[in-house]
Amino acid sequence: MTTVQSGGGVELLEKLGNGPDGKPPLGCMQCGLCAGSCPLGTAMEFPPRKLILQASAGNLDKVLSSPSLWMCVACYTCSQRCPRGIELTDGLWPALRDAAMQQGFQPPTELQETFQNIFKYGNTLGKSARQRLDWAKDLDVRVLDLSKEPRPVEVLWLVGCYPSYYPRNQVVTRAFARILTELGTVWGVLGAKEKAIGECDRMFGEEGLFETLVEENRKLLDKQQFAKIVVLDPHAYRALQNFYPRFEAWYPVQHYTQFLAERLEQLKPLMVKPVAATVAYHDNCCLGRRCGCYDPPRSLLDLVPGLKRVEMANNRENALCCGGGGGGMWLDSHIVAHGGRRLSDDRVRQAAETGADTLVVSCPYELPRFEDAAKVTGLQGRLAVRDIIELLAESMDLGERSVA
Amino acid sequence: MKIAVVVRQVPDLIEPLEIDASGAALDLSSASFIVNESDDHALEQAILLKEAGGATVDVVALDFGDVDNTLYTAAAKGADRIFKVPLEGLPPPPRATAALLAEAIKPLAADLVLVGVQAHDELDGGVSPFLAAALGLPYVGVIRGVKAGPEPGMVTVCKEFPGAVMARMKVKLPAVLGILGADQPPRYVSVSRIRAAMKSTQFEERAVPTPPPEPLLSVCRLYPPVSGSRAEMLAGSEADVAARIAEILAEKGLVK
Repeated sequence: MTTVQSGGGVELLEKLGNGPDGKPPLGCMQCGLCAGSCPLGTAMEFPPRKLILQASAGNLDKVLSSPSLWMCVACYTCSQRCPRGIELTDGLWPALRDAAMQQGFQPPTELQETFQNIFKYGNTLGKSARQRLDWAKDLDVRVLDLSKEPRPVEVLWLVGCYPSYYPRNQVVTRAFARILTELGTVWGVLGAKEKAIGECDRMFGEEGLFETLVEENRKLLDKQQFAKIVVLDPHAYRALQNFYPRFEAWYPVQHYTQFLAERLEQLKPLMVKPVAATVAYHDNCCLGRRCGCYDPPRSLLDLVPGLKRVEMANNRENALCCGGGGGGMWLDSHIVAHGGRRLSDDRVRQAAETGADTLVVSCPYELPRFEDAAKVTGLQGRLAVRDIIELLAESMDLGERSVA
Repeated sequence: MKIAVVVRQVPDLIEPLEIDASGAALDLSSASFIVNESDDHALEQAILLKEAGGATVDVVALDFGDVDNTLYTAAAKGADRIFKVPLEGLPPPPRATAALLAEAIKPLAADLVLVGVQAHDELDGGVSPFLAAALGLPYVGVIRGVKAGPEPGMVTVCKEFPGAVMARMKVKLPAVLGILGADQPPRYVSVSRIRAAMKSTQFEERAVPTPPPEPLLSVCRLYPPVSGSRAEMLAGSEADVAARIAEILAEKGLVK
């Protein structure tokens, strides 16, 4: 992350070019593909193209004080389409937000609360660390808490904040515990010691908070013996894969779809119950557009007997964003107040247009986001939202049914 | 203007509160602590006065309950000096806490002392008026906003009364103000700035010799509220429920 003094737009853009996030924004030729592709570009005072123009003209304060600085939800479309390969999402936006906070500009209040929750409690929801393992209460499989009983494991599962605390997500979390156990994996969790990985802070320019979390997580992870880390959250996957190594913190990590897709042959005979559903899979931006992981989730869905899979008009690298990435999860009110809209509403409508009865996701933010969107758009009852894990667990006949 | 601000750490209510073996006190051994909300507003108000022109801000705190994080945050927000009062064990009840704080604040010769008007662990009264009494200074409480002036040696405050009545008052300094809310919500400072403050800030210790006064009251028993059964559960269609709610509101005289 690069920090600058007021007015130093060119300096900032130059420094960014020397950083780990790709080519210099000063190479921008103002083609406008970024702004035209941005799902919230029409609502932004400074979409990416204008942002670079103003910053390079030295009008940094204008950019830093604008509400549009806090409207990017990290869908990565601009970064993916930029013909000059400029890393806008991972590089420019976080750097400008960091610069804004360094100069005393306040981030939106709902985001401040989330940052403070992470700083104080180690989770985005402001819950007690002691309740982090509550999802495992009365579970029918054994959950090994490695922070209490350290031992070598094949999989260290970093459960994540929403999957640990949010009731709807806990259904998926419990199902994944059952699947891991059914597969015979030796796995464990960090229980009350686990902390947020911090991707949302980094993307929102809270670099100091991110560094604090990297330090704390390193201390925790370095004490454990594991072959790999598995996460439910694509953002945590991305952070461990790409941002932690910048602090010399290297850990082998897989998103759960990648972990399970390596075990298709083992899973296949376990799919004993047909699931009668027509499903549309939502490529989340972080796993899909950013990391290019499109096929593993689909290959898992194709294992489920009785399941019919359809594609939405926008899929794979052209998928629409749920609006929750990089901190957007907490910014709906800010975005709507400044002329934007909830992108998840667009996405559930598109899912319904395919005739699917179920929108399938593989990111913990999306269950609450899309279920809320289904209520708002009047699709509740017609369109269920379920995680891939829930469909697999149902077909494997593992315990409780989803609440969908 | 020289401003002294009191910040206190209070038990964080995200953890379930437990009663200890004596049955008359909370078990704070596994509690976590956060800054008292109205003290956080007092600090914000002090920083706003500093930014508006010419004030210095000294922060005074009892050394208790992870107070360092709160104090580094105060430094990152713009506090000039930070004083910690060493403490053995838990903070004493409010009158005694006020006596300790007063001893630490006196040498600062502050024109204005800002302290949160309430804290959720206050038992035998509020710290803020006791503090004014211990300092021998005038006191105005339940303040929602402070401006310097209109004349030198004076501040103008907005005081809240019951029934949403507000008063604007001129207060001659020196004085103690019990702050309910600052002119704006406490600001966010990025963790980078807090980390920078951790490296650059030195706390000053203010050992206080005064033996704390005995509490005026003692707790006989502490227990969770007993749940009653006088709630009326409304059932039926939306229209039935709405009609019944309207009836209840009318019965209670809340609507006419």
